[in-house]
Amino acid sequence: MGTIELLMQGFAVALSPESLMFALIGAILGTLIGALPGLGPANGVAILIPLAFSLGLTPTSSLILLTSVYAGAMYGGRISSILLNIPGDEPAMMTCLDGHPMALKGKAAEALATSAIASFIGSFFATVGLVILAPILAGFALKFGPAEYFALFALAFATLGGITGKNQFKTLIAAALGLMIATVGIDLSSGVQRYTYDHLHLFEGIDFLIAIVGLFAISELFFFLEQHAGDGLKQVALNKLKLSMKDILFIMPASLRGAFLGFVSGVLPGAGASLGSFVSYTLEKRVSDKGEFGKGDPRGVAAPEAGNNGAASGALVPMLTLGVPGSGTTAVLLAMLISLNINPGPMLFQQSPDLVWGVIAALFVGNLVLLLLNVPMIGVFVKLLSIPPKYLMPIVTLIASVGIYSITGSTLDLYFMVGFGIMGYVLRKIEIPLVPVILGMLLGPEMEKNLRHALVLSDGDWSILIGSGLSIGLWAVAAAGLILPMVFGKVLRAKMKRSKDGLTD
Amino acid sequence: MLKTMSVKSVLIAGTAALTVAGQAYAYEPARSAECIAPANPGGGWDFTCRSVGKVLTDLDYIKGNVQTVNMPGAGGGVAFAHTVSKRAEDESLIVAASTATTTRLAQGQFPGMNADQVKWVGTLGADYGVIAVGKDSEYTSLAQMIEAIKENPGSVKFAGGSASGGWDHLKVLITAKEAQVANEKLPKIRYLAYSGGSEALVQVVGGHVDAFTGDVSEIKGFMDSGDLRVLAVLSEQRLPEPYDQIPTALEQGVSSIAPNWRGFYVPGDASQDSYDWWVNTVNELYETQEWKDVMTKNGLMPFHRSGAEFTEFVQNQTLNIQTLSKDIGLIR
Repeated sequence: MGTIELLMQGFAVALSPESLMFALIGAILGTLIGALPGLGPANGVAILIPLAFSLGLTPTSSLILLTSVYAGAMYGGRISSILLNIPGDEPAMMTCLDGHPMALKGKAAEALATSAIASFIGSFFATVGLVILAPILAGFALKFGPAEYFALFALAFATLGGITGKNQFKTLIAAALGLMIATVGIDLSSGVQRYTYDHLHLFEGIDFLIAIVGLFAISELFFFLEQHAGDGLKQVALNKLKLSMKDILFIMPASLRGAFLGFVSGVLPGAGASLGSFVSYTLEKRVSDKGEFGKGDPRGVAAPEAGNNGAASGALVPMLTLGVPGSGTTAVLLAMLISLNINPGPMLFQQSPDLVWGVIAALFVGNLVLLLLNVPMIGVFVKLLSIPPKYLMPIVTLIASVGIYSITGSTLDLYFMVGFGIMGYVLRKIEIPLVPVILGMLLGPEMEKNLRHALVLSDGDWSILIGSGLSIGLWAVAAAGLILPMVFGKVLRAKMKRSKDGLTD
Repeated sequence: MLKTMSVKSVLIAGTAALTVAGQAYAYEPARSAECIAPANPGGGWDFTCRSVGKVLTDLDYIKGNVQTVNMPGAGGGVAFAHTVSKRAEDESLIVAASTATTTRLAQGQFPGMNADQVKWVGTLGADYGVIAVGKDSEYTSLAQMIEAIKENPGSVKFAGGSASGGWDHLKVLITAKEAQVANEKLPKIRYLAYSGGSEALVQVVGGHVDAFTGDVSEIKGFMDSGDLRVLAVLSEQRLPEPYDQIPTALEQGVSSIAPNWRGFYVPGDASQDSYDWWVNTVNELYETQEWKDVMTKNGLMPFHRSGAEFTEFVQNQTLNIQTLSKDIGLIR
């Protein structure tokens, strides 16, 4: 069956009333969560995973809900960037540069509309890219043996720190923590129990969903308790929207360039959305005529927004086809897939085409919904921003607890969740990133399994690890991914920081 | 909140004759029943509970509904412990089980528990084991492969979807043992454990691992596309279409039979009357057209044991697995 046909079948799934409803709910919740300063898309998806479980949704509905949350969070991130100059997450940082000045000039509504349109273009074209690239990559599936998989996972770990990671050493500590937690349970390759203390609930290891919800959602609660941040953000008045067709055409080239660059950086494991929005912004500044970058140029809003939304869809390519997440949020989505008994990776496209294509179609639908929601209804979201967290946090905690309990119906899991919450709080205090912990838990067992399999196949000969062109290629990319950020990462981060500081001065 | 599925009774006119209405039992089933699936939604046990639950209510064996409760953990151990310790007398509870359950019981992976602590009701079909190779493999028959193993047990590497010592691994060992491969060579047969049959299958089709050990339901796609050569199915007779071209191990001179059955147990202290009711219900259910349709739709093969016969079967299987696991040094 051709790609187009499969995509059409996907639309049949995505356009069913049930799917549309979940796409709409996801889009609204995602935008809201993305808009709250500090709660990025990874947290957003982490908080809403339990919701999918407590509602007892089917795998397809859960994924449609969560991908819409994901897309929505990327949209929402720009609201607080533009209005308050507080980025909702790291990729939204570049949007502050021109978005906030526009707001200061009394053009907040235009800035929000511009960014919504650019976000749509970014997501739309990147999703088209996903449709084209994913089946090709999935076709490579059969070429991956244990040695190649091992190299691939090594690559994922090597690029963990990524271009924008602050401290490679802390990233390593976090990944090691994840690997350690992952060793609990019955070892698949030998049938031996590790760290289970004959406790039945530990036989299958520690569910990463519990870790995710604890680390991200519950630690957020502790931060809230600490800050007593009971009040909402100050109300921001919005001017009346005046956006002509000419204005939209003006930002078109910038959005298209941003979409492309974002998609490419999203596909590369480890690079992710921050790089996408940064590269898009800098390129735009260079290729466009002089303009007023940094002082409220609409193209300076459009480029990074298209970039970070493009990267969001691009990151789904390695996640769906190879089972290697390209960003923190996709890592959370990957955990969700595994928990639903769906094996991500090359076989997904052959085994569950209805699910994959349904989700891809849902991305298209979700983006359209987001555009329609975001342009006329932006005022509502701005109002929602001022809901005091004291009402929001209890709801989050309730959803998290009910959801985790409904996965296995065991109170022990709730203790674990709180334990992970405390751990997440401590780690965030000492600035150790949380995403590598999750990646370590997710990929560690796979990496171990594939190394052992490779060595069994070669009767203990380690040279099998570099035995094929594909694995050598993967090792080379891994080496580049590890070394390049050390060389260029500092320069890049300094640049990002400088352009931001230059603005606030 | 537990994940539940309530199925509204939809009574098809023609099936009314098959209902329990006319039968006299000392035990009257409660209005609704509960089926524990000892895993997350989407797996085999979950399927067993939901499909049996649906047919039970559709045919009015149970007047209310059969609620499926997912209780994952320890490969069924959490549900087994729960049944033994907290629900020992519950007469409207059934728990889904399969060969994986007996395997773990045999290998002592449910600490302090054994097969005698529950009452085994019956099976409603099975998935038979297969041994297959990629289309470019040097092996064209089971005999050839066995010869290679006899010469050098490490020469054929198997991939399967269960853990080491799990059912997919045991199928290879059962077959090798039946084919007179010496006991001391059994632990040297290489088995690569994957987290699912499909993952293992891709590795074999991709030419990375020599042979696949799994269930017949897992191979259809690659068998049809011609990427997989199925050397033997581990059943007593040839399976119905589309699997009728696969030779059994038996007709190749190796009497290895490995059904991965799907069935139920009930709590150990449930009354004899309620146990009899469940056994009888499973017997009747197995004969209905509704259940035959479920089997065809989901690739389940005929395999039915119930009551005392099933209990004996479970005991024998557990014993055999224990012996085999000792042979390969997995347990002492």
